[in-house]
Amino acid sequence: MAITKKQSAELARQVFEYAPAPEAIDHVKILPRYGLFIGGKMVTAHSKKRFPTINPATEKTLSEVVEADAVDVDRAVKAATRAFESWSRLSPSLRARYLFRISRILQERSRELAVVETMDGGKPIKESRDVDIPLSAAHFFYYAGWADKLEWAFPNRKPRPLGVAGQVIPWNFPLLMLAWKIAPALAAGNTVVLKPAETTPLSALLFAEICMQAELPPGVVNIVTGAGKTGSLLVSHPGVKKVAFTGSTEVGKLIQRSIAGTGKELTLELGGKAANIVFEDAPLDQAVEGIVNGIYFNQGHVCCAGSRLLVQESIAEPLLEKLKRRLSTLRLGDPLDKNTDIGAINSRAQLEKIQGLVESGVEEGAELYQPDCVLPERGFWFPPTLFTNVSQSYRIAREEIFGPVLSVLTFRTPNEAVEKANNTPYGLSAGVWTDKGSRILWMAERMRAGVVWANTFNRFDPTSPFGGYKESGYGREGGLHGLLPYVELN
Amino acid sequence: MEVRKTYKLFVNGEFVRSESGRAYRPDGHVNVPRGSRKDLRDAVRAARTAFPAWAGRTAMNRGQILYRAAEMLDGRAAEFVELLGGGARARREHERAVETLVWYAGWTDKLSQVTGTVNPVAGPYFNFTIPEPTGVVAIVAPQEAPLTGLVRRLAPALCGGNVVVALADESQPLAALTLAEVFATSDVPSGVVNIVSGQRRELLPWLASHMDINAIDVAGCTGDEIKAIEESAAGNVKRVIKVTQEEQSPYLIAAYLELKTVWHPIGV
Repeated sequence: MAITKKQSAELARQVFEYAPAPEAIDHVKILPRYGLFIGGKMVTAHSKKRFPTINPATEKTLSEVVEADAVDVDRAVKAATRAFESWSRLSPSLRARYLFRISRILQERSRELAVVETMDGGKPIKESRDVDIPLSAAHFFYYAGWADKLEWAFPNRKPRPLGVAGQVIPWNFPLLMLAWKIAPALAAGNTVVLKPAETTPLSALLFAEICMQAELPPGVVNIVTGAGKTGSLLVSHPGVKKVAFTGSTEVGKLIQRSIAGTGKELTLELGGKAANIVFEDAPLDQAVEGIVNGIYFNQGHVCCAGSRLLVQESIAEPLLEKLKRRLSTLRLGDPLDKNTDIGAINSRAQLEKIQGLVESGVEEGAELYQPDCVLPERGFWFPPTLFTNVSQSYRIAREEIFGPVLSVLTFRTPNEAVEKANNTPYGLSAGVWTDKGSRILWMAERMRAGVVWANTFNRFDPTSPFGGYKESGYGREGGLHGLLPYVELN
Repeated sequence: MEVRKTYKLFVNGEFVRSESGRAYRPDGHVNVPRGSRKDLRDAVRAARTAFPAWAGRTAMNRGQILYRAAEMLDGRAAEFVELLGGGARARREHERAVETLVWYAGWTDKLSQVTGTVNPVAGPYFNFTIPEPTGVVAIVAPQEAPLTGLVRRLAPALCGGNVVVALADESQPLAALTLAEVFATSDVPSGVVNIVSGQRRELLPWLASHMDINAIDVAGCTGDEIKAIEESAAGNVKRVIKVTQEEQSPYLIAAYLELKTVWHPIGV
């Protein structure tokens, strides 16, 4: 028997209290200060500048890291260049062995990595534990197997490595993005210098320890910490032959411009403004879960987040009602608590950006909905937010917010859905919810986006290529296609 | 008395003079339209409009049309050989251009079987990756071979379902402009191929910075030009295609492609 509106409203008001279930942190050792990982060991930096990395849920300093300068970056690139000589000539099956070993150590130390990831970045422990770390280990395992099979990936070619890869990664999935960058590069015989994001350097520094534990030859992986300046020194270093960047479209464009004429290879995985399209025949409860996973997963700090919900007009009302009810059950709070759904916003700067865009949405005339939600006093927090009455021209419908903010638009016909979904300079991902198979394929064909999730959202796998169309960047990470950016075929 | 041909730009399936009314004489006597920024704009608009339908053609149909272009090019052997300077070398170049079209005509319906994958993800999902065209591709024709050079860049781009705005080689544009007549009689839909002649120094910056061009092939550019193009291309994250190898290959087709990955749950 279907429940009445009144009954469902009552249900929605019920709050199920959970006892706190914090993940233990006593098994994790974070050093008060870190050096740089260059030439196979942690070294004292040339740069005297240091900056704190904090826990965004408490604003407490976790550690201090180096802001690497030109001398540090040069040392790292030189170490990688020296290592390239032997690593690129090493028997491919031995390269595979090292990568398999790294993958295994990631699995063995998974809980420790998950805790560090959550403390440094603010994401819920259930996500770092169940998504970030297992996928990182799986990524190394997948590419380990490719290391001695490259000629089967590229028929009629003898793939060769490019040299030193300079890799700059974001703060939303720190270890996973590291894995996406380092695993295929090493498998193909390149060596790397990687710069983690300034707000989340700790898992990369822990990874440095894992490289030592795996006895990876010195210089094959080098890790330099710092902010944008360090990243720009890295990508512009003449010893770097290949640049891989994941981050904002704005910075991606700067990098593309800055390396013009240098002959460096470049892959970019940039921003997105994905449409998540729900047709009237979609299973609504599943769609609601998909929408929530699409935009509130990792506080919406996801480049492929389904930040524009396109609902067929005929079901907009019931769908929004279900969605609002679901939002009120999301648990926001201590990221280390195993029941937490929404953790802390990664940094004060990001929180301010989200707040600014949400204000613009209200000013431009959209209707704001936020469930009753108590925000902790310390730390950076933003409640799950939903905007209705959104016009395509509003900033919240055009710009990447990178926060837990969903803009809801409606459509009447499939053609209108396609038109609206593609009406963006981005093209990273799209979602389609419908029970009709032929419509799924018809829609999938028309989405100008690199990943299309049909009746699901935000799924990732090492075998599955990921990357964008248009201003969401170029090149793919994951799968057979993820090898291509790291080999020369001519 | 000979009835001379008026050389024109090929935009949106029509043979037009430059909107600027200008002409130049690359070989000293034949007038060739000196295309302008606005001619490029018109060409890009025509290409963008033609894109969804061309990308949506079946692979077999695109193959048939490319093969038809090969037939038309072969049938005009005498004219092209003369344009290319006559003799054995000109005949070889023309023959190579025909062969290139035939070769790529046969690739359209094999491409996704060679470059696509079904991905064994660790979960109950069906997941596959297929190649798709990147969209509007600008091609700066190389200088070495006025006909083959362009055909070798055009054919792989069209094969994958892209639409093209090509800039003919400035000093030897006649073969490229005549190639437009081949496409015009090959059932290539209007706007799918556009060929513009003019001064590269004037036109390259507009091609490189145009916000509705998805990729630019710099086959015919110098190092300095490539640097300038790469800088402007960043404005809309344009793909800059720098393939130097001479041989024909599906890897060249792939250079003009995007990859799309589709997930769907498996369940009852």
